[in-house]
Amino acid sequence: MMGALNQYLELFDNSRHDIDNGSAGAMNRLRHDARAALEGRRLPDTGDEGFEKTSIEAMFAPDLGLNINRVALPCDIASAFKCGVPNVSSLLAIMVNDTFVPSATLLNNLPDGITVMSLARAAAERPEEIDRHYGTAASLDAPGTALNTMLAQDGIYIHVDRGIKLDRPLQLVNLTSTPVPMLIPRRVLIVLEEGASLSVLTCDHTMKDSASAVSSQVIEILAGPGSSLNVCDIEESAPDQSRYSQTYVTMHDGADVSIGGMTLHCGTTRNEYSVDIRGQHCQCHLGGMAIGSGKQHIDNSSDVIHSAPHSDSRQLFKYVLDDEAHGAFEGSIVVTPDAPYTQAYQSDRNILASANARMHTKPQLLIYNDEVKCSHGATTGQLDEQALFYMQTRGIPRQQARMMLMQAFMAEVIDTVRVDAVRDRLRYLVERRLAGFDASCNDCSTCHTQQ
Amino acid sequence: MEQEVNDNSNLIDDVTGGEYKYGFTSDIDTDVIGRGLNEDVIRLISAKKGEPEWLLDYRLNAYRYWLTLTPPKWAHLNIPDIDFQDIIYYAAPKPKEGPKSLDEVDPELLKTFDRLGIPLEEQKQLSGMAVDAVMDSVSVKTTHRAKLAELGIVFCSFSEAVREHPELVKRYLGKVVSYKDNFYAALNSAVFSDGSFVYIPKGVRCPMELSTYFRINASGTGQFERTLIVADDDAYVSYLEGCTAPMRDENQLHAAIVEIIVENRAEVKYSTVQNWWAGDAQGRGGVYNFVTKRGLCRGVDSKLSWTQVETGSAITWKYPSCVLAGEGARGEFYSVAVTRHYQQADTGTKMIHLAPNTTSTIVSKGISAGHSENSYRGLVKVAPNATGCRNYTQCDSLLLGSHCGAHTFPYVDVMNDTAIVEHEATTSKISEDQLFYCNQRGIPTEEAVGLIVNGYAKEVMNKLPMEFAVEAQKLLSITLEGSVG
Repeated sequence: MMGALNQYLELFDNSRHDIDNGSAGAMNRLRHDARAALEGRRLPDTGDEGFEKTSIEAMFAPDLGLNINRVALPCDIASAFKCGVPNVSSLLAIMVNDTFVPSATLLNNLPDGITVMSLARAAAERPEEIDRHYGTAASLDAPGTALNTMLAQDGIYIHVDRGIKLDRPLQLVNLTSTPVPMLIPRRVLIVLEEGASLSVLTCDHTMKDSASAVSSQVIEILAGPGSSLNVCDIEESAPDQSRYSQTYVTMHDGADVSIGGMTLHCGTTRNEYSVDIRGQHCQCHLGGMAIGSGKQHIDNSSDVIHSAPHSDSRQLFKYVLDDEAHGAFEGSIVVTPDAPYTQAYQSDRNILASANARMHTKPQLLIYNDEVKCSHGATTGQLDEQALFYMQTRGIPRQQARMMLMQAFMAEVIDTVRVDAVRDRLRYLVERRLAGFDASCNDCSTCHTQQ
Repeated sequence: MEQEVNDNSNLIDDVTGGEYKYGFTSDIDTDVIGRGLNEDVIRLISAKKGEPEWLLDYRLNAYRYWLTLTPPKWAHLNIPDIDFQDIIYYAAPKPKEGPKSLDEVDPELLKTFDRLGIPLEEQKQLSGMAVDAVMDSVSVKTTHRAKLAELGIVFCSFSEAVREHPELVKRYLGKVVSYKDNFYAALNSAVFSDGSFVYIPKGVRCPMELSTYFRINASGTGQFERTLIVADDDAYVSYLEGCTAPMRDENQLHAAIVEIIVENRAEVKYSTVQNWWAGDAQGRGGVYNFVTKRGLCRGVDSKLSWTQVETGSAITWKYPSCVLAGEGARGEFYSVAVTRHYQQADTGTKMIHLAPNTTSTIVSKGISAGHSENSYRGLVKVAPNATGCRNYTQCDSLLLGSHCGAHTFPYVDVMNDTAIVEHEATTSKISEDQLFYCNQRGIPTEEAVGLIVNGYAKEVMNKLPMEFAVEAQKLLSITLEGSVG
């Protein structure tokens, strides 16, 4: 009864040595724990609670290749890529498939106190640092995370020293470019020391002639006391791509973390966010947007655990689904007995724009303390006919009126992005997306085109 | 306002102590089959009740299917392992040559009902209720029969219906809750002992509230009743179900099935006050209440409304549901669930919109105190062809005390773009401001909590028929007695 997982376990058992060779230190140590944790397990399927609409089993079932021997990729890919954010000189770090590609601009422009480097290299060169943090937020109980931990050989390590504030956003680009169907295990570790501050813009792109790929991504975020982190994650991949992303956040006293997951183009996507609020007076914002058309499948799942008093969390997820797109949202707020004076809110709003679009929602509250204010709300409906009619009477064509309303609907999520330039960029991309254009940049032809 | 305050303080005075008021055992001869379950036991139950062959087959099929199942574990409940072979599956009060009048009914039994406050005799005639009292599985006495019969309404015990209206029972039994539905539905279908049967013919508006009081009596007996209500075209009925059980030390299993069929333009209102023994303050004992309740609104513009006040049972696992299969059908669910001590409740509803223009409303109010766990779990589903559907769900939780839990698990599945589905939930404790305001006006804290909770639950209480509303309000206060502070 092990199904899809079996092929990876076998692969690991047979190639353990090669996998270790392609990586280092803590990454190698932990992968053996992960192997043990997967013994007798299987990947979640639609029969499992919390995975009703997305089968991870099916996602990982195809016979996928792995770049175990770290075959080098043509290095011009990264240089050809120009997904810059206008009006902001961001620092660019690129992952091509599962390999970190250092870029000259990044290395030359990084201010003191900030590290952005290959995770495998960090594991080799700064073992005590990586040992202390790697795998501390992610849970090996989740089969997807254990699988990622077992196979991941590289990723990105970001470390911001105590009190250091990065004044411009750091841009992480995940590029998928593979001639054969591949599994891409990727790992991100972000450590913010006390009082540190960072903004990150990540985007997923698929190169034009790439074969289908499944990306397995585990992001660990350790937010130290009083630190501040703002992540805007934009997915612009292709219909034949699958993504299983798991984000684990640990927050300490006074930390302020805001994460927005924006799915503009995708194949099958499942994003999981697990936030553990361990400190007092923390602020956590989780946001998400999904614009689905064709046969896209977008599933977001959030799990915010309050285990200390006086912290606040807000969640806002919005979906617009057209054609035969399927959306799912499962969110939970857990308030433990140790977390009085918690305020936690969650909101999920969805618009179904076509007869064959589907939405599944499961917002949950688990409250074990009476000194709390918690609420959640979920709605699924369509654009307001009256508003459409009103706009038409004012001479706006129906199609355009619809787009304007959708744009306005998404504005609430876009506004949660704190960096102005990133917010403007996102607004532009959403506008283009809703108008039916592909979201790739005007000056870049490397991305997969949607039309 | 002052009048209301007085009423409420009387109410609380009324129930001081907060102990389980209905905790007594009445001494009636019961006819009991030994513990355990196998095909012979089922044959014996069926034989004792003189059932036809088809019903025995139905039971046996259900039993064989049940053997292939395991108890469901998905609920947010901590259910100790139940030994299904350690349960007595049949206990019937011994027949005394068929009582023909009230005088012939066991006086002990009448006394029991009197203590429960069931108006079985003249009072009941005055109060205009027809009561079909189920005591340990077999209906003992049914009143108002003649009056109902004039209108063509059938209101009798399930076994009687099997004897006298086999065609009706055969046509509707298991049509809404199949024995394959779930573990406890299969068990009930195999061993159900008795219950109530209601048939309202076309165009008839039932002139009185129909009511059944259930009461588990013999020690160590599970109760597996089965209720079947059919409202034919343009019919209307309001049905009340109330439950009290004597105090016992060992856990008792209760796995009932309620099936309701609502035809064209018909309306059924089903109200429940559930106050089975919830176990003592340390969480010992109490009834396990695992019930499958479902209504099929298959007629055009049919309507089904569930109202429940849940204060009892150690563990509650119950989701009264509406399948809205007729165009324009409407489903409603109003619930107040109170848990205290170590009670656990996982309750809610399912609204399944299969036909166009169907609407549903869900209002659920949870109140948890002590070390209890109270969960709302609900599903709203809109099928692809069901255009123009509308659902509104509101579930609020109130926490009294810092050791209890309140949880919400709503599932929303929308497969049609013309549907509008809304869900809202809040969880909080009683506002300090409100308490302070009451204190300031000279209302002691405990009384103030009673007031606020009653106000909080009013939206649901208002949906109960008059007779029930009073009892339900008292129950609410009894239950919360001593859990504040």
